[in-house]
Amino acid sequence: MTTTPEDHGPPAEVSDADIAAMHDDPRFVELKRTLFRFTVPVLLAALAWYLVYVLLSAYARDFMGIVLFGNINLGLVLGLSQFVVTFWVTWAYSRFTARKFDRQSAELRDDIMNGGTR
Amino acid sequence: MNLAQEMSDSNRILTIALFMVMVLVTILITIQGGRKTRTATDFHSGGRGFSAVQNGFAVAGDYVSAASFLGIAGTIALYGYDGFLYSIGFLVAWLVALLLVAESLRNSGRFTVADALSYRMKQRPVRTAASIATLSISIFYLLAQMVGTGALVTLLLGIKEGETFLGMDSGAAKVVGIVVTGLLMVAYVAFGGMKGTTWVQIFQACVKIGLAFVLAILVLVEYNFNLSDLLGDAASVSGQGAAFLEPGLRYGTEVPGDALQTLWNKLDLISLGLALVLGTAGLPHVLIRFYTTPDGKTARRSVNWAIGLIGMFYLLTLVLGFGAAAMVGREAIIAENPAGNSAAPQLSQVIGENIAGSTGGAIMLALIASAAFAAILSVVAGLIIACSSSLAHDLYNGVFKHGKASGHQEVVFAKFAAVGVGAIAVVIAVFAQDLNVAFLVALAFAVAASANLPTLLFSLFWKRFNTAGAVAGIYGGLISAISLVIFSPTFSGTETSLLGEGVDIAWFPLSNPGLVSIPFGLVCAVVGTLMSKESNPDRFASMQVRALTGAGAERASVH
Repeated sequence: MTTTPEDHGPPAEVSDADIAAMHDDPRFVELKRTLFRFTVPVLLAALAWYLVYVLLSAYARDFMGIVLFGNINLGLVLGLSQFVVTFWVTWAYSRFTARKFDRQSAELRDDIMNGGTR
Repeated sequence: MNLAQEMSDSNRILTIALFMVMVLVTILITIQGGRKTRTATDFHSGGRGFSAVQNGFAVAGDYVSAASFLGIAGTIALYGYDGFLYSIGFLVAWLVALLLVAESLRNSGRFTVADALSYRMKQRPVRTAASIATLSISIFYLLAQMVGTGALVTLLLGIKEGETFLGMDSGAAKVVGIVVTGLLMVAYVAFGGMKGTTWVQIFQACVKIGLAFVLAILVLVEYNFNLSDLLGDAASVSGQGAAFLEPGLRYGTEVPGDALQTLWNKLDLISLGLALVLGTAGLPHVLIRFYTTPDGKTARRSVNWAIGLIGMFYLLTLVLGFGAAAMVGREAIIAENPAGNSAAPQLSQVIGENIAGSTGGAIMLALIASAAFAAILSVVAGLIIACSSSLAHDLYNGVFKHGKASGHQEVVFAKFAAVGVGAIAVVIAVFAQDLNVAFLVALAFAVAASANLPTLLFSLFWKRFNTAGAVAGIYGGLISAISLVIFSPTFSGTETSLLGEGVDIAWFPLSNPGLVSIPFGLVCAVVGTLMSKESNPDRFASMQVRALTGAGAERASVH
């Protein structure tokens, strides 16, 4: 390995091998699966909705100009929906991490740090 | 409503006095922060002691530039709906940072983006490439801000061509504006390090978001909080009618009888949208802010705060933009500044006058001008620290000293680097002050999305990814984004190009390279990876465990 301790060595009490050993632990595999099962579909859906919005702004201008009430048209509502989606995902992710991810991840971290006193 | 006519010397002195108060407060903050800056961790990452709320405000300070503050409000004021597209891209982009990057980066890196990128690679080639990308992105962004600063200071002080104030004509005032901004940003970083800079950014975020909030509420009060009436007024004053509230006046415009140009314009809009949404999570000055928190969980929670603040801010710009369209009017805005940057200050003056006559107008204008100045200062300071950290930690220590320089040597080098980058930026900005460099912001986002984001995500999540892939991905994304812009209409061939109409080397039809350069950077990273046999599964295992659990992560320094 070409890295130097000055670069990014772990704190003295735990070795890189101890940390790497956790990678194949079923609990870590489960942690990864839990996390990606949330983040990947949610992110792809949010980005897809953004892309739909950009495409509609480019190619479906009459549609975006449909007036819903007063001077509020569909384009504005769909634009504001991007804010709603972003805020909702942020809220949902912090709920997910608080309920599931943080506890599991802290458990594994404690395991590594305590088991790694060689 | 003409700022220059309305603006007497006493009003300008009020604006300058407010500027000075703000500058004085930030200098005191810097001195306070600098006193506690000793180690490399203090200088690059502010001691890693900032809470989620604090870092969330600092991220907002780092991210909400004068381009957002004045530019988006101005674009909405002149083109209506289309100005909104920018704010949406800038906000949705944060989901990438929240869901994939913030926590993992904080857990697996140390001071710079290159730390995480090079974790399981050969250090020198990857650090060099990552550092070149960091410097390119930050310097493009910095130059756009600095050139804008000169024009902005004259605008905010209302100094027109041919007028003088305190013996300065508008040309001299521009230069003074650029030099003062340069001195302040270097002072924040060199004396305050990341700790001082973070507190300055927290303070300035409060100033700019708070004042934008007050102004937006005052606009809404005029309309009894009826958004529909505000939009209706904006549309009728604009002379465009309902079209003002629909897409198409500014981006992706349809050219009658020229189907090909219409196609390019629409693709350009999509290209811009992609770069905005994928660029944010690759901006080095934003990413290194995550290292200032004690752990990955705090870094992630600071993004929640940042999203709340930034989202609220962009909703406010919507009100400010349409408010300026309705209450100031297109002609008055264009008379002041053809790009619309004066819309928000002009709006503040009108609102102030409605409340308390010309004194009220002067006070509101001075307040909003200070908020805009705060936006410039906090962003440029963030960019300078990103450059100096990368020069010191990645190039000087990582590449030239093989990681053997002491923390003290690194900090000293970083301070000189801050002065050097600041001086270069000031000189270029002074010479480029009359050029149209607005495209540099879009270019910075395009490079971040093409060179940084794919390689960062691959290094965090793709086991097979290796040195050749990282190097190919970074240079591929960087070079393709820059060269496509050089051969685009923003650079040559049209009246508004950087080089003007006289030179025409434009063969690439889009102003925004993202649509091509992002996939190109991605393909380079994949092909580079597959062509090299290098693979380090153990190191990937340890990186991923670190990223997701925070085991062995860098800790906050104890004083």
